[in-house]
Amino acid sequence: MGLALDHCLFPSPLVIGKAVHSLSRIGDELYVEPTEDGLSLRAVNSSRSAYACFLFAPLFFQLYEEGSLDPDGETFRCKVLMKSFLGVFRSLPSLEKMVEKCLISLNPRASRLVVQLHCKYGVTKTHNLSFQECELLQAVFDKELCANTLRAPARVLVDAVVHFPVTLAEVTLGVSPAGKVSFRNYLDEETEPSRTMVTELCLSEDEFQDVQVQQQSHVTFCLKEFRGILSFAESSNLPLNIHFDSPGRPAIFTLSDPLLEVHLVLATLSDPNSSSQVHSTTLQARPANGAFPTATPDDDFTGDDIDSYMIAMESTCEEGLGLPSSPTFPQRHPHPGAALESQSSAMESDLEGAVPGTPPQKKFRSLFFGSVLTPSQAGTHPGPSQDVLAEDSEGES
Amino acid sequence: MRFRAKIVDVACLNHFTRVINTIAKLAKTCTLRLTVDKLYFILTDKVANGGVSMWCELNQGNFFDEFQMEGVAAEHNEIYLELTPENLSRALKTAQNAKTVKIKLTNKHCPCVTVAVELPSLSSSSRIVTHDIPVGVIPRRLWNDFREPSVPDFDVSIYLPVLKTMKSVVERMKNLSNCIVLEANLNGEMNLKIETDLVSVTTHFKGLGNPPWVSEDGSQNSTQDRDPESMAEARIDIRKLLQLLAGQQVNPTKALCNIVSKRIVHFILLHEEVSLQYFIPALA
Repeated sequence: MGLALDHCLFPSPLVIGKAVHSLSRIGDELYVEPTEDGLSLRAVNSSRSAYACFLFAPLFFQLYEEGSLDPDGETFRCKVLMKSFLGVFRSLPSLEKMVEKCLISLNPRASRLVVQLHCKYGVTKTHNLSFQECELLQAVFDKELCANTLRAPARVLVDAVVHFPVTLAEVTLGVSPAGKVSFRNYLDEETEPSRTMVTELCLSEDEFQDVQVQQQSHVTFCLKEFRGILSFAESSNLPLNIHFDSPGRPAIFTLSDPLLEVHLVLATLSDPNSSSQVHSTTLQARPANGAFPTATPDDDFTGDDIDSYMIAMESTCEEGLGLPSSPTFPQRHPHPGAALESQSSAMESDLEGAVPGTPPQKKFRSLFFGSVLTPSQAGTHPGPSQDVLAEDSEGES
Repeated sequence: MRFRAKIVDVACLNHFTRVINTIAKLAKTCTLRLTVDKLYFILTDKVANGGVSMWCELNQGNFFDEFQMEGVAAEHNEIYLELTPENLSRALKTAQNAKTVKIKLTNKHCPCVTVAVELPSLSSSSRIVTHDIPVGVIPRRLWNDFREPSVPDFDVSIYLPVLKTMKSVVERMKNLSNCIVLEANLNGEMNLKIETDLVSVTTHFKGLGNPPWVSEDGSQNSTQDRDPESMAEARIDIRKLLQLLAGQQVNPTKALCNIVSKRIVHFILLHEEVSLQYFIPALA
């Protein structure tokens, strides 16, 4: 397979630098592919539950020379160690101050991807990065198929997630047709609900530029990757679109601009509980991580009477009496909580789709079956937005 | 049993947050006692804490615009809760520009202290963040465990040096040894000493002053008979001392310690609206 020669020269290396920083939150390898639509930079995480693509249009560049296709009609694509590429763009402040132009080109003889930073005072820094040729990395998703869409300035979302600790792994986004949007920290099955703080933020519809909710739903996804795209969105002042559907189906985050299109696709936790059912027991006002609707700011404290709990506790002197554990999802074994038995059986989550790996990724279904397409498909591959399904295709149309 | 309180003033919120941050640095879990007038953060001297104990008292009126408390029963109009102050600290951290902060006792999936923060937003309705912090309700029969500790019969009482200075001295000493000797006399002199096989380091403070204690019957304290030059000393765990010094976010109005030779050191830090007592036992 021959190599396509390609040059691109662009005056705003800062944007590329920020993109690489965002991508570094996702995976260890940066996939570089110059196409006639532009230069795409992509990354995927090891459990294939997060994928991001930054597509820079040819007009973004001062000079964009896509090399000739090889005899097979395949465009050149390669992957570089994220660490190496990030190393070139590591310091964003110095990138902004010192670097005037950046040139990315391919040196086929030395098999190196060359990134050259033309800095002030006549200094040129040349980085020769080794690359590996690779298969096409393409997640399969279609935002048009998502029932719910939100659009908000990045600032609003940044301010929303600031209330969650930096170490929080997953967050649950919920919407209701009434226009309430909420974020809540997700408690996985290993955390004990009676020991962990639950934080929830409610935003009203007015804070969003667009809210289209077909049905009440909530999805849980990884916060780390989400924060990565948020910081890019904030620094580039672009509104963020969030497309999502029911739990288990991927959530798609997009930013767009005439010169740049960004997609982040995150797998969401599947929830065997129907999201619209709320079964409250006598002593349980609201199950942790149970269904939404989320709490409204209740000024009258009517739901808060702790006396019934106290009565139960004092009359029997037994700790934790009558407080069945709330359903969290997905559980690995049925919980003894009597009042919730009807739900417990349904909660035996089938995790067969889960990809083994370190938590939390192991609970997320893989975004797509493999990333290798046959050469014939690759040739007709139109671009980032695809139709058809994302995860396990069993039972899906 | 009901509790709800509201803070509206930004300065009060800030101050309250700083108190909570200090408590969070001193104890992983502690007891919160609520009465009609006050809040208390209490840590009892269990082995798990390394024998240290803490008693921190705030007047609710200095912080809250609204404060309603109904205890477990009319004749026991108090509430005792076990909580992790770090959670409270985290909840308040991003609330500093809030319009209002409400704290209330609720029963979600378990008893919780719910912090509801109303934040300003660009839209017509405010943003609401709620934090449900699980707490344990301590039953009445255990309340006796949490009584206010009495001031020990000390040998020497002395004002502490500037806490920042004391902290930087102790911080450096921590690298050399696990225990520190704190000694002081009635002449306003205090020494902090560490001694290892290789090195011993002593820092001397002079002119600190000794607080005048008057015993309850009005007579002067028996320490008057003590030789003013004679040092009372206690060897304590340096990390506990550092925890106390490092946790202080605001300079106290008054800071002093009472030393019971070879037994215990009792620290008292007074701010305008908060008093904090901390006991560090002497090591064998």
